[in-house]
Parts: sequence; structure tokens; C-alpha cells
Amino acid sequence: MVSKSGFRNVSIGSTLLWITVFVVVPYLFVLVFSFFQRDPEQIVAAVFTWQNYKDIFSPVFLVVCWNSLILALGTTVITLLVAYPFAFFLGRIPERIRRILLLLMIIPFWTSSLIRTYALIILFKANGIVNGLLLSLKLVDEPLAILYTQTSVFIGLVYTLLPFMILPIYSSIQKLDLRLIEAARDLGATSGHIFLRIVLPLTLPGIIAGSTMVFLPALGLFYIPDLLGGARSMLIGNFIKNQFLTTGNWPLGSAASVILTLIMCLFLYVYFLSSRKARTSGMGEMA
Amino acid sequence: MESLPIVRLQGVTKRFDDVCAVDSLDLDIYQGEFLTLLGPSGCGKTTVLRLIAGLETLSAGEISMNGSRLNGTPPNKRNVNTVFQSYALFPHMTVFENIAFGLRLKQSDKQAIRHQVSEALDLVKLSGLENRRPHQLSGGQQQRVAMARAIVNKPQVLLLDEPLSALDYRLRQEMEIELKRVHRQLGITFVFVTHDQEEAISMSDRIAVMNEGRVEQIGTPIKIYEEPENMFVARFVGEINVFDGHVVNVNNGSAVVDIHGQLFPVQNRKKAGTGDKVRVLLRPEDIQVTRDADKNGGPALSGKVDEVIYKGKTVDLVISLDAGETINVTQFFNEDQEDLVYGEGERVHVDWLYGWEVIL
Ligand SMILES: Nc1ncnc2c1ncn2[C@@H]1O[C@H](COP(=O)(O)OP(=O)(O)O)[C@@H](O)[C@H]1O
Ligand SMILES: [Mg+2]
Repeated sequence: MVSKSGFRNVSIGSTLLWITVFVVVPYLFVLVFSFFQRDPEQIVAAVFTWQNYKDIFSPVFLVVCWNSLILALGTTVITLLVAYPFAFFLGRIPERIRRILLLLMIIPFWTSSLIRTYALIILFKANGIVNGLLLSLKLVDEPLAILYTQTSVFIGLVYTLLPFMILPIYSSIQKLDLRLIEAARDLGATSGHIFLRIVLPLTLPGIIAGSTMVFLPALGLFYIPDLLGGARSMLIGNFIKNQFLTTGNWPLGSAASVILTLIMCLFLYVYFLSSRKARTSGMGEMA
Repeated sequence: MESLPIVRLQGVTKRFDDVCAVDSLDLDIYQGEFLTLLGPSGCGKTTVLRLIAGLETLSAGEISMNGSRLNGTPPNKRNVNTVFQSYALFPHMTVFENIAFGLRLKQSDKQAIRHQVSEALDLVKLSGLENRRPHQLSGGQQQRVAMARAIVNKPQVLLLDEPLSALDYRLRQEMEIELKRVHRQLGITFVFVTHDQEEAISMSDRIAVMNEGRVEQIGTPIKIYEEPENMFVARFVGEINVFDGHVVNVNNGSAVVDIHGQLFPVQNRKKAGTGDKVRVLLRPEDIQVTRDADKNGGPALSGKVDEVIYKGKTVDLVISLDAGETINVTQFFNEDQEDLVYGEGERVHVDWLYGWEVIL
């Protein structure tokens, strides 16, 4: 017991230290910077101001926010539509094949997602692999313009975030008691009824968790729209990146980061409320 | 019961890979009866229910209901409902929503549904718990919800898979009575599964004793208990003492059997012939014990009392016979007859009244 709790203390302690050094402290800098003035010489000048927040609530930034929300929402919906049937299928196949499929899904994560995004460019280019295949199969007469469109941005985001949707849904489908489905059939339910009245409500916690885990990163991921969408539409992530790296306006970038964090917190709060509701209404264990 | 069966199973067989769970089983179930499938764990009782409900597909044979074949009819199209062993209540729905589940699929009149649900709740004595969720109920209450959820659909046949097995002893006894009451009030056919012979005997109109996917014997509880047709039924349904012997004389409906040199007259239901080896079966409560061999004047087996177990209403004796067997005897305790109280080590003689035995 002693060594076990010792291990626990060390692992929790080191995780806390990690989070403090690499998350909390940098974030405090961002928070402080968002109230400082811009200074061309030293990046920031330690003079308190509300100006950054006044600047940020310009129509331009609101459009950026709106675009980001729509993109993240669209990504979440598409990911959900792709992930749910797959997770369902995963929960129903023999254990051995399931393990292989789960492994295949996780292996790409050992590679940086930035590199995998570059790989997508190679696939989608005008003279890339996808177009080469379509042309040689005579399915199209000329190369499709996939890269630098909204489509390729969605494909990139969905591809990158899909596992974060699949895993929570898969785990809630695994917990689903098949006897409930039999009971519903016995009571006269068709497959459609069973899905809507039994399966969907009971896997809702997984759907909510997965949607949160896709929606929030989709709000902030800047390099995927950057690389796959070109400079078409500005998103919050790109906006922040530009303030720091291109324009050199760290205080404004910091203010935008704070706003993004607040939006995320809002959604996390909604997630917390809805998952608690789903749990109390659904997942109370049977005696 | 002379009418046509409501459900008829003919040559019903179900194989799972290498296991034959149900083996060419024939069974007729009649309108309004309380039929119990009784058998040890793994003998195929649940599988028979699931085949009737349509939750499993037949490997061979045929199930018909009201004279028409059911093969291939999906469960949601069968006029049959099940009370599952695990109850399988929907955890995300209230008691009301659970019970209304089947009704809402078939009708939309909210008022009528409300009325039927409250009737079903009354029947199982759960009124007032409509808004609870399953996990807020005790085991017994969950069991009642499972009942109400099935019977509210007014099925022709209600299938119950060991519905009482998860309940403690007191509650089980209470629920046995409740279940009989519900059966009487509804008048629908109950097919009840249990591995508990006492439960089966006290509740059923008829019992089908099952073993290894087959029906060993089917009949009223009295028939099953008093006249088992084979050793499996005899042994499974209550305790039994078995004496090996051979027939020395046959005369009309009776025979004389030699057991350890004593000549016992027995009823010859089996129609054994002279010289046949037979087994004479006796329930513990059918055996008489005396101190004095000559008191009844007839044949008797001698032995010694090994153990005396006082059980309140009865006294159980374990007696080892001089011929080697050990038998169990149950005597109804009577404080006025002190000569019935035997001590351990006491020498006794046992016999029984003609006709109380079964020969196999
Ligand atoms: N889905 C299944 N797959 C494989 N074997 C099964 C399945 N269901 C039941 N069996 C087997 O069939 C036999 C009968 O099972 P069951 O009908 O559940 O028995 P009971 O209800 O009498 O305990 C058992 O040997 C059991 O292991
Ligand atoms: Mg069973």
C-alpha cells in the first residue's frame, strides 16, 4: 500500500508540475500580456490598458470567431456522423479483429499531426495521389481542385480529430447492455425505434464527450486550415498565430487567446452540465 | 385443457456451435395455464423461452401459436412478452416510461396509455413510483416493474425467466403469491422458468421437468412429485430414497418385490414381470419408522438412527440400514406422541403403506 500510494503521489505530483510549468505559467503570461501595451522595441510595455480588448471586439474579429465556430461545428458534426457507425461496428466485431482495428487507428498518432497534414497535401495536390488515381481510373477528366478548398480543410480536421470522437463513443457502446435491446424488441420495437429510444440515449455520454474532444481542438487548430485551406478564411487560431508571429502584436494575440479560452470554458461548462444530466438520467447503475 | 394448445413446440432444436441447448423438444402450452419449465442450470430453459419469444432462431423444428407457424416471425411481431431474468429495465427511463414503452409503439392516445400504465402499476402494487428510475428501486420493485412492463401489453403468453431468483427468501415467497394472483386476475398463459422445485410445485398448474435440452416428464405438480416417471425426475424434484430389488410375484395390478430378503407388496404401475430388477422409490415423508418390527406385522427393513434433525414442523431422521443403505425419513412432529422421538443410535424398523411407493 505504501509503495502504491507513493507511486500515486509521484505520478500525480509530476503531472501537476508538468502542467504548472508548461500550461499554467505560460498562460499567466498570456493573461498578463493581454492587459499590456504593445511596444515595437521590446514586444510589450508593462503598462496597464483595456485597449487590446477594445480592439479585439471589432467586426473583423467577430467574423473570424463566427467562421471558427462554424468550422468547428461542421467538423464535429461530420466527425460524429463518420465515427458513430464505425464505433458501433467496432463494438460488435470479434475481439481479435477489434484490437487490430483499434491499433491501426492509434498508430498514426505516433506521428506528429503536422507531418500527417503535409502528407494530406501530397495526397490532395492537383498532381497528387488522389487525382492521379481518379484520372487513371477515368473517373474525372481533369484534376479536381481539392487542396486549398473548404473541403480539404474539413477532411484534414475530421481526419485528425476522428479518433477523439471514436474512442469515447466506442467505450459507451461497449457499456451498452445488449439485453436492453432484446427487451425492446420483445416489447415490439423495430430497429429504428431501438436506435432512437435505447441506443442513442444510452450512448449520449459518449457522444457528448467525443463532440467536446473534437469541437474544442477544432476551434484552436490553426495549421490545418493554414496548410490545407491556404489563406482563404481567417480563423481564431490563425488570427492568434498571426498576431504573435507575423504582426508582432503580442498583447492583441494574448487578448484573442483569452477570448478563445473563455469560449472553450463556456463549452466545457455546457459539456459538464449535459454530461451530468445524461449520467443521472441514463447511466445510474442497475442494482 | 382439451382445447387446442395456444403454443405448440414440435421437434424444437437449438444448437450453439458445439452445444445442443434444446434437443427435439415437444411441448404444448394451453390457454390460461401456469406452466413451469423446471430443470437444473444449463438444461436449456432460457433457450426455450427465447425461442418462443423469437430472440433465438430455431436450428430445427417448429413453433406455432394459435395454429400458425411462428418460424421467422420477429419478436416485435409476436403476441408474447418476456420478464427477463436480469429484468433488463431501461435505465434512462422512469418507471412510467419503462411500462409505457410497448404501448407507445402501438398507440398514440396519451390518455389511454396513462390509464393502462396506472392499471398495470396497480396490479403489481407499485402505484406512486411512476417517476423513479430503475436504479432508485429495490430488487423486488424492479421485478414488479419488469412484470408491469410486460403485462401492460396484454400478451397472449407471458414468459418469465427465473423472475424470483435474484430475490431473498422472504421476498421470494411474497412474490410467489403475488405472481399467482396476477396470473389469476389476468387469465393469460404464463410460462415460468425456474430451477427451484419448491417454487415450481407451489405455483404451477403443470410442470415440465427438463434435462439436457429435453423434457423428462410433464404433468401436474402432484403427478411429478408422487409419480416420477424416471430417476432424473425423482431425484430432481425433492428428496427420494431408492431401494434395489427384484420382482418375485405378479398379481393383477400389484407385485411382490424382494428387498434385502423382505417381501414388500407394491403397486405394479410399471407392469414389471417376475424376475425383473426394479427400483422402489420412496419420499422421506412416506416412510414409517417403528421401534418394534412386529407392530405392523408386515415386512420391514431394520437399521439404526444415525442422526436426528429437528426442524420445527418435522423431524428428519438419517437411518443406516443393516443392509448398507442410508435413507432419509421425515416425520411430522407431534408433541403428544412422545414415542415418535427417537434418539441417535436407537435401533428401528422402517416400512411404508402399500401404494405409497413408485417402482421404476
Ligand atoms: N448464446 C449462446 N451461445 C452458446 N451457448 C449457449 C448460448 N446460450 C445458451 N448456451 C448454452 O446452451 C445451454 C442451455 O443454456 P440455457 O438455455 O441458458 O440454460 P438454462 O436457462 O436452463 O440455465 C447451456 O449449455 C449454455 O451454455
Ligand atoms: Mg437460464
